[in-house]
Amino acid sequence: MKLTLKIWRQKNRNDKGAFVPYVMNDVDPEMSVLECLDVLNETLILRGEVPVAFEHDCREGICGSCGFVINGVAHGPERGTTACQLTMRHFKDGDELTLEPWRAKAFPLIKDLVVDRRALDHIIEAGGYISVSTGQAPDGNDILVGKEIADESMDAAACIGCGACVAACPNASAALFTGAKITHLGTLPQGEPERERRALSMVAQMNAEAFGNCTSIGECTAACPKEIPLEVIANMNRDYVCASFRRRDDLPTPVPPAVHRA
Amino acid sequence: MSTAQVVSNQLPPVTFWQSTNGKKVVMAVTGVMMFGFVIGHMLGNLQMYEAPEHINAYGHFLHNLGELLWIERGIMLLAIALHILSAIQLATRSNAARPIGYSRKEAINSSYASRTMYWSGPIVLAFIILHLLQFTAGYLHPHAQFVPGDVYGNVVAGFQVWWVSAWYIFAISLLGLHLSHGLYSMFQSVGLAHPRITPLLKKAAVAISILIVLGYISIPISVLLGFIK
Amino acid sequence: MTLDAKIPSGPIQEAWAKACFDMKLVNPSNKRKHSLIVVGSGLAGASAAASLGELGYNVKCFCFQDSPRRAHSIAAQGGINAAKNYPNDGESVFRLFYDTVKGGDFRAREGNVYRLAQNSGKIIDQCVAQGVPFAREYGGSLTNRSFGGAQVSRTFYARGQTGQQLLLGAYQALERQVHAGSVTMIPRTEMQDLIVVDGQARGIVARNLLTGELTVHIADAVILATGGYGNVYYLSTNAKGSNATAIWRAYKRGALFANPCFTQIHPTCIPVSGDYQSKLTLMSESLRNDGRIWVPKKKGDSRPPNEIPEDERDYYLERRYPSFGNLVPRDVASRNAKALCDEGYGVGKSGLGVYLDFSESIARLGEKTIRERYGNLFDMYQRITDENPYKVPMRIYPAIHYTMGGLWVDYQLQSTIPGLFVLGEANFSDHGANRLGASALMQGLSDGYFIIPYTVGNYLATNKFPKVEDSNPAVQEAISSVRTKLDKLLSIKGNRTVDSFHRELGKIVWDYCGMARTADGLTSAIGKIRALREEYWKNVNVPGSGDDLNASLEKAGRVADFFELAELMCIDALDRNESCGGHFREEYQTADGEAQRDDEHYSYVAAWGYAGADAAPVLNKEPLEFHYVHPSQRSYK
Repeated sequence: MKLTLKIWRQKNRNDKGAFVPYVMNDVDPEMSVLECLDVLNETLILRGEVPVAFEHDCREGICGSCGFVINGVAHGPERGTTACQLTMRHFKDGDELTLEPWRAKAFPLIKDLVVDRRALDHIIEAGGYISVSTGQAPDGNDILVGKEIADESMDAAACIGCGACVAACPNASAALFTGAKITHLGTLPQGEPERERRALSMVAQMNAEAFGNCTSIGECTAACPKEIPLEVIANMNRDYVCASFRRRDDLPTPVPPAVHRA
Repeated sequence: MSTAQVVSNQLPPVTFWQSTNGKKVVMAVTGVMMFGFVIGHMLGNLQMYEAPEHINAYGHFLHNLGELLWIERGIMLLAIALHILSAIQLATRSNAARPIGYSRKEAINSSYASRTMYWSGPIVLAFIILHLLQFTAGYLHPHAQFVPGDVYGNVVAGFQVWWVSAWYIFAISLLGLHLSHGLYSMFQSVGLAHPRITPLLKKAAVAISILIVLGYISIPISVLLGFIK
Repeated sequence: MTLDAKIPSGPIQEAWAKACFDMKLVNPSNKRKHSLIVVGSGLAGASAAASLGELGYNVKCFCFQDSPRRAHSIAAQGGINAAKNYPNDGESVFRLFYDTVKGGDFRAREGNVYRLAQNSGKIIDQCVAQGVPFAREYGGSLTNRSFGGAQVSRTFYARGQTGQQLLLGAYQALERQVHAGSVTMIPRTEMQDLIVVDGQARGIVARNLLTGELTVHIADAVILATGGYGNVYYLSTNAKGSNATAIWRAYKRGALFANPCFTQIHPTCIPVSGDYQSKLTLMSESLRNDGRIWVPKKKGDSRPPNEIPEDERDYYLERRYPSFGNLVPRDVASRNAKALCDEGYGVGKSGLGVYLDFSESIARLGEKTIRERYGNLFDMYQRITDENPYKVPMRIYPAIHYTMGGLWVDYQLQSTIPGLFVLGEANFSDHGANRLGASALMQGLSDGYFIIPYTVGNYLATNKFPKVEDSNPAVQEAISSVRTKLDKLLSIKGNRTVDSFHRELGKIVWDYCGMARTADGLTSAIGKIRALREEYWKNVNVPGSGDDLNASLEKAGRVADFFELAELMCIDALDRNESCGGHFREEYQTADGEAQRDDEHYSYVAAWGYAGADAAPVLNKEPLEFHYVHPSQRSYK
């Protein structure tokens, strides 16, 4: 089938950038969007043009590398699907697809559809872990975790860190990402001792990065390829509220935000 | 913007206020306070369906609360101020968080109400100011003479002007829209959510908002239709 | 070269404890003075970097992705084995050891495998403590399932995303050390060469993928945890970025490459749909627990599967291997599928596929149970193929999945270059000629959490580390050779893209050094690879320049290495005149078509040494001795 890809092209951060339309005459409906870009890039290279830069790695929807906004929706029109698993059969002959990078101040653009998502690593770095060094663990079955609890934790832990939540949020908020990690760890008994400290530190880092606030509007959870529920944000807020009014001297200080480093 | 850098070794309330999450909690708590007022005010208003003496006596009772009235007014003003301040700061921050927008953006999950909070809020605020000037202070009372103490008469006289009623209905509808998202969102902001309860909460927020809107706008409609004279 | 694996003498059960006790220790206050480089941030790399950081070493960790959490360990679906015996079904350290040695078709080193089995339980404990949300029983205890080729339930899992959860555990531990300042994470940076000074591995040359800048990083030891080389085949279940560059450059600097021809073909992948196909998607092997594999009894039967009556279906695995049925090891399952498709029984548009049918399980257990077990896999299948596997059987076909071969390491996980340690899939050590399901995660984490923290300390405590300046000739030579190579690739500006070469190379290797190999085929493959490589260096078109993000240039460097590695794989496969595990030489098979080993002549690790650009690689042999598990013909009948 025939498609027009309108792709955001931008050489680097200082370049202005613009949409460039590319007409593709021979798109197979079984292709993924990324494979479609592969084919386009092959022709661009042979025509002596610069291929489109886009991030990708596993191409099976789990590494979180890929992602851009397709026709105004992060990762495209299919719910629960990353761009790498979005097949072209969801589009019709003659369609025009607009591909834009994630737009957020906290995700500075690198090139074309590639952005810098280090801010998300910073949030994990601030406290998205259970402080247990190698060798300190008791036997696995010494810590009993009810099935429902484990399932609830797993629902949140499924986050792949792609940044679609930020991209889809009208405020460019990272609340779903942060809430997912806080919920994953805070739900489990293993995560209980550090629960408040974790919430304070991660929220502090999230606020230090240039993300917006959460207005509970729910675009993030709909765009999320792993369909992380919106309740994780409430969990973050609860932990944060409970933790906020206790004096602590030993909190990790936020690291300089990614936008400032770049 | 004050929330750009959060230093964690300062006083907890300061850190709290500086965080976006803290501001949202403030918005939720002040929102609850205003919601309480909205409910109380509506119940008071509904006395319009009884004899004029009832609501006039109620107005009289409120005006003679003395310090209590001013404490109540102070609290409400503070709540409104904090609500607005938080909203402005968060909106500024959100705007800064996406300096370059999308050429095309589809809303796939959010409600119309949730996306228009920044519009419905200020319009409702403008309405409240005009509303106070009309019915509390009496500075604005088009086509009629404001009579201090005659609540019933003032309301009937005010709403008999069609465009006053229209503006009122429009603003109250926006208030309902605002509440239909706000009533649910405040639970999210303070951290009360559960996969089983949240969907009910969302529905309840919409239902309550509709009841509130109906409760309020029934009065100008009744006045215009001549049920209340 | 004589290869000494340095396995402690005495009973195998005490070997690791003895080795640990014999190791020299680094004084705690001296640890921060030692710098270490970890390349790769998958299960092995992240767990190593985190654990070494916790000990107080000064660690730099590199990955080519934008974040360490993207490493391809994240895609492992099925689970991780451990000898916990929670289900009370006869599991033990010795049984896990035995199964792994046997599953590897007696081409793995007993000592390493035993230690792996010993560590397996501790891995689960560690991961649980980190907050990995493993599947649980209602009572709260950990739940297990049986997994490809095992007759005990020893596999721990977190839905179909076990690799993801384990990697996130390691990644979080790593980020904790990043915050503590003991680990410096350097993402979007790819190792280009190993720096060897006076015989010791002392650093790497790395390229910043955003700016193209080449940087030199000097350390006291270098740890490679860069994964396998399955992408030689172009189409594989590996991530697009997975590559062999780090281990290949180390090979060219003197590390030996062991058993390059031992590659694993995974039996259950979604079949190829067209020429544009960029990668293959794995469907977890756990599906074989409840799915039955079949092909029509009639060749070229084009009826839809649901219209083929029961008695016209050939459940070939159940027919040929009654005791293991659909759960035979991966190599056996893959080979049978390929053989039937080659004979014309294959299904689907391309004829390269067999059915994996859940209708019976759904009838027996109900759709709800199947959905609970495999829901996410079924969804993924439907997303890709647009077919509903609850209604229509899945179509599956084997695909390259894992490489057992890798850099040769001793018991300390040290390569033949002192100070160069190799972990996880990048080394060769534990899986012999075939890896059992759910063992890769175990090995990566065992190496990273529980072995390298000990062995690196021993190396640091027993060696001297004179300061290496940037002006050192070894450093300068490494950096200039990298630059020359990149400049050369950029300057050709020929008529073919990197991908077109890669695709063609992959097809050669898949056809001749894939599931079934012959001496003739391998000989001709070597010729074809050489010819294609020659063309590559004359006719490849790498657009753009080397000073910004240039994915084509990254690929070009990796493919250049794949060419050389592919040749070595064929040389090794040609040299190994036997069939074992994933290495199936058609000349060497039993009467009923099973792999026939030749223990008398080939019970060794083939460790190849680089002898120069135009010289044939040198074969070194590490004989394998089996004192505990006696080699037998594997039988899954």
